[in-house]
Amino acid sequence: MALRTFPGNFESLAEIAEFIRLEGKEAGLSNKEIFELETAVDEAVSNIIEHAYGGEGLGEINLICKPIADGIEVILEDFGQPFDPSCVAAPDLSIQLENRKNHGLGYYLMCQLTDVVHFEFSDSQNRLTLIKRKK
Amino acid sequence: MEISTSQFKHCDVIKVTGRIDSATSPQLAEAINRINDQGRYKLVIDFTDVNFISSAGLRVLIATLKNCRRYNRGDLVLAGMQENIHSVFDLAGFTSIFKIHDDVLSAVGSF
Repeated sequence: MALRTFPGNFESLAEIAEFIRLEGKEAGLSNKEIFELETAVDEAVSNIIEHAYGGEGLGEINLICKPIADGIEVILEDFGQPFDPSCVAAPDLSIQLENRKNHGLGYYLMCQLTDVVHFEFSDSQNRLTLIKRKK
Repeated sequence: MEISTSQFKHCDVIKVTGRIDSATSPQLAEAINRINDQGRYKLVIDFTDVNFISSAGLRVLIATLKNCRRYNRGDLVLAGMQENIHSVFDLAGFTSIFKIHDDVLSAVGSF
């Protein structure tokens, strides 16, 4: 298991991506699976900064990577406002360009690119668990 | 992320190197705005050396596409996309909206 704490800034994203690539490789994920996990974690971290903390430099994010039998579990902890994913409408990918919204894709990508997306909220912290399984 | 721009007779080419994420996508938006501000809306983005794109980058591209195609004044064409990046576009339903060329030469030639 590996635990790292990152400042809640968009500047942290590149370093977080490196951490995820390293841990994904350790867990035996393919390059494509690592890329997919990297994308999902990037979306999760961006959401935490944007929605849970409401901006950059307002809190920290803990990342915990645990290899599991068939892949890897990534836990993201933050201490901001709970971000309820059920409030996010899935984007309609079939509609015309003029009517397409510029937002709503992050959570959709996160769900499409991992096997499990699970949120837990308590008084003191929010916890998001992502599981990526090897194919 | 690094950005370089080149102005051609019929279009502008924006070459991006590295990651397009929440930290870097504002830089890309600024580079595009600088070209649009000069009245030029025919753009090619060279994706050959882009190794990552998140929804923040996709938002910049969709906003740019809408802006360029408005009043039929131009277009945004993408070129040289790596397979992983293409799969994100596919998942987001963007492959049917954007014109995506294998290389910059054919993208520039499309204008």
